[in-house]
Amino acid sequence: MGDVKLDLLQGTLDLMVLQTLATMGEMHGYGIARRIEQVSGDEVLLNQGTIYAALVRLQQRGWIDAEWGASENNRRAKFYSITKRGVKQLADDTAYWMRLSSVMGRVLAMSEEGGER
Amino acid sequence: MSAGKASMGDSLRRAMTRLGAFFRSEPLDWDLEEEVASHIAMATEDNIRSGMTPEEARRKAMVKFGGVEQAKERQRESRGLPGLETLLQDLRYTMRTLSRDRGFATVAILILALGIGANVVVFSVVNTILLRPLPFYDPARLVWVAPGNAEGLSGSTYSVDAYEDLRLMNKSYEDVTGYFAFSTEDNYKLTGRGVPQPVTGIMVAANFFHVLGVEPMMGRQFRAEESLKGGPPAVMLSYAFWQRQFGGDRGIVGKSIELDGKPTIVAGVLPESFDFGAAFSPGAKVDILTPLVMDDIRFQGNTIAIVGRLKQGVTLEQARAEAKTLFPQFYWGKRFADSKGQYTAQPVFLKEYVSGKLRRSLIVLWCAVGLILLIVCVNLSNLLLARAAARSKEFALRSALGAGRGRLMRQLLTESLVLAGAGAMLGLGLAYALLRYLAHQGAIALPLLSSVRLDGMALGWTLLITVSTAVLFGLVPGIRASRANVQEALKDGGHGTTEGRQHEKMRTVLVVSEVALACVLLVGAGLLMRSFLRVLNVDLGFQPTTAAAVRIDYDDGRSTEKRTAILQNIAQRVGGLPGVDVAGFTDNLPLDRNRSWGSPFIKGKHYRPGELPGAFVYIVSPGYLSAMGMRLRGRDFTWQDNDKGESTVVLNETAAKALWPGEDAVGKMAVIGKTDVRVIGVIADVRDTNVEGKSGWQMYLPMMRSEWGPDGAVLVVRSKLPPEQLANGVMRALREINPNQAAMEFRPIQRLVDHAVSPRQFFMMLVVAFAALGLVLASLGIYGVISYSVMRRTQEIGVRMALGASPGNVQMGVISKTLRMAAIGIAVGVVGSVAVAHLIASLLFGTAPTDPTTFVAMAILLGAVAVLAGYLPARRASRINPMVALRNE
Repeated sequence: MGDVKLDLLQGTLDLMVLQTLATMGEMHGYGIARRIEQVSGDEVLLNQGTIYAALVRLQQRGWIDAEWGASENNRRAKFYSITKRGVKQLADDTAYWMRLSSVMGRVLAMSEEGGER
Repeated sequence: MSAGKASMGDSLRRAMTRLGAFFRSEPLDWDLEEEVASHIAMATEDNIRSGMTPEEARRKAMVKFGGVEQAKERQRESRGLPGLETLLQDLRYTMRTLSRDRGFATVAILILALGIGANVVVFSVVNTILLRPLPFYDPARLVWVAPGNAEGLSGSTYSVDAYEDLRLMNKSYEDVTGYFAFSTEDNYKLTGRGVPQPVTGIMVAANFFHVLGVEPMMGRQFRAEESLKGGPPAVMLSYAFWQRQFGGDRGIVGKSIELDGKPTIVAGVLPESFDFGAAFSPGAKVDILTPLVMDDIRFQGNTIAIVGRLKQGVTLEQARAEAKTLFPQFYWGKRFADSKGQYTAQPVFLKEYVSGKLRRSLIVLWCAVGLILLIVCVNLSNLLLARAAARSKEFALRSALGAGRGRLMRQLLTESLVLAGAGAMLGLGLAYALLRYLAHQGAIALPLLSSVRLDGMALGWTLLITVSTAVLFGLVPGIRASRANVQEALKDGGHGTTEGRQHEKMRTVLVVSEVALACVLLVGAGLLMRSFLRVLNVDLGFQPTTAAAVRIDYDDGRSTEKRTAILQNIAQRVGGLPGVDVAGFTDNLPLDRNRSWGSPFIKGKHYRPGELPGAFVYIVSPGYLSAMGMRLRGRDFTWQDNDKGESTVVLNETAAKALWPGEDAVGKMAVIGKTDVRVIGVIADVRDTNVEGKSGWQMYLPMMRSEWGPDGAVLVVRSKLPPEQLANGVMRALREINPNQAAMEFRPIQRLVDHAVSPRQFFMMLVVAFAALGLVLASLGIYGVISYSVMRRTQEIGVRMALGASPGNVQMGVISKTLRMAAIGIAVGVVGSVAVAHLIASLLFGTAPTDPTTFVAMAILLGAVAVLAGYLPARRASRINPMVALRNE
């Protein structure tokens, strides 16, 4: 992908946040943002600030919980954790995402090879 | 990808948290603030650990985070209800600005309240009388059956035989019904419960309620036998009467009450929505309905008013076509072979009969009140423009800070909506009070007025006009404000720039149109007022002031001699009371109900059928003509004009002139029915059915002769004393002669006249009130514009005065500017008024639509008010101190 970073599709950030919380457990906003950057190998264009809009959205849907606590360096931070409903949602969304990406993969592969004889 | 799957519960939950967030927005903001701060701090620490200088680390962390404010705003947006939040912001802001400018807000809300209130009242009246269907079942199929050219009731009624034939022979109607159209007020007495109480009753055909589709609220319909001669008497109580007389006692149904001394079964109580008077005789209260026994009135003449219910699918045109062939076959009385062929009919929808005559007046009223609203809009636009000018800097600043054009428009529209909303609230209050008052004005002879109220339709209308008013008056200033040039406005050069001048031009145009609209209203009101004065000045043929009437009871045992003796006794007793000038009896008062008989004619002369019109009949005693203040040529009746002597009659001028053109009728002989009568006197024409129409033929016959049986008797007393003072003495005298005399009301004759002119008065008063309102608003507009321009030109005026202009010069300058504006407005208004005046020509009486007096008077009035409105700012201008004005710069 060269220098151009990936623009996030609508809704994908929410899924990433859910997945991060599901695998890493309780985390604060900065941690989540760092984690996504690391895992994506810095390929995702992420204004870290946007994470907070996603967190509020997820919280409103009842998929994550938030609680004030102390960070590793004893700094006050808000910690987010995934709820049961969040886990279920994550499973649904992951399945959906997998199907979509495999379909997309197949469709795109077809046009590459079978376009002309 | 998830929203689609969200369940109801989810979206509800989300809505709840959003709503919660909306109300807790401040703590949540702090929350976020802290979260962001800790985020930046942690990122900075990480960066330092990877070897950056603290400054560099913090800068990088900030860059990574993106715009802090942006992120916060985005979080806020996904958290709360952004639309509502801006709305609330706008509202809060509006409240602040309005409360800072209380004077403006108060004036604006008051103006709006008056404008909207007036509109709601008129709409409710129009809705009640014109728009709302009659309070009967499927009223669109009900028709009023009467001749096309009916004048007065007598011309629109039919004989019993004709009515019965119509019922049998028609093919258009599901059924036809009717009622006895010539009942008088207080024609029954409720007896057996202390002092006899007067009661007004209408006799209706047995199927009356069936045809109208009215079910008694309690009890039953009339039974067939109750409408037969000799059948058991029954009565249906009106809701109001039941409440008033029996205190709403449910037990009364099925019991017997005493009417005129006869025990009568109460068949039922009618629902509150059924008001006979409201639909069929406006301004009259009807207490009871009784079964009409056809055989009792079979040969009394044309006494039945007919209402039919069209069959499903039959059109009015079909009914009319049928009437054309059917009615000529009817007899006045089947026992008289030669009484066939005098009937015609042209059915109209009942609704048309009830309110059709008022349509034009009501529409005029509606237009007048619409004009008021337009003036209100123009006025407020003007006020808001003035404010917008003063606030142009504020708006420029806001748009520099990033408020979009739409947002500014929205802000201005919110302001006008808030003003209009407050105005509407107050206006609804005013309207409610006024409508309650109107509904209880029994004296206004407008149909259905008693049922006028503030209903859902009226509320809907209020909403509609409020919003459209707000948009209308908020739009012009809104567009102007949002288009303002930011740089121009922010520079401190607001005064004297092109922007200011354009503004003023626009405001001048608005004021000119306001003056023009007010002019149209004033001229219309002036014409109506002049017409009303003309109506009041109509020669009624009698003197309504200082005369009063009371219906009396007597028991003559059907003997004319006995009746004459009783009446003579009463006349002498009452005539002898202190303060009484003269007293006399009639069975019928002018402008009350009417009744016509076959006209008198000259013996031996041959008349074509239909050549002689019917004549109104009044059966009177000696003294009546002078008690009413009628002008008599020849002699009055004496108590000796009885069966022993020659039969006598008094005619009115119209009848006398028609019978003996160019000759003196007094002393001539005529024939009435089959009796030879001598004309002993001729009286000036009396307005019999209404004040504005022409008089027909009238004849006065003596009560003392047996061939003219009077239909009850009304005592008319002429006295300088006020009726209340007279009432006691007269009632005492009546009681002494007849202990059963009911407690009748002593009615001033003037009330009959007031009642007759009340619809015209009602419309005139409303239009005049609107015109006055328009005048006030227009003068406010002028005052606003002129004083604003004076304020804006303070320095210019200061310079001119410093250069030697006298205060008089300055004052003249301002006033002439005002006059110019008013003159243009009046000129435009007069042109508009000519057009409008022709539209209302049919509502005028004795006044030409181009009546120069009215036009000139109204133009002068408007001009004078304009000068007054301009004078105050002019005086202020002339007192400007040049030194102060110039130093201000």
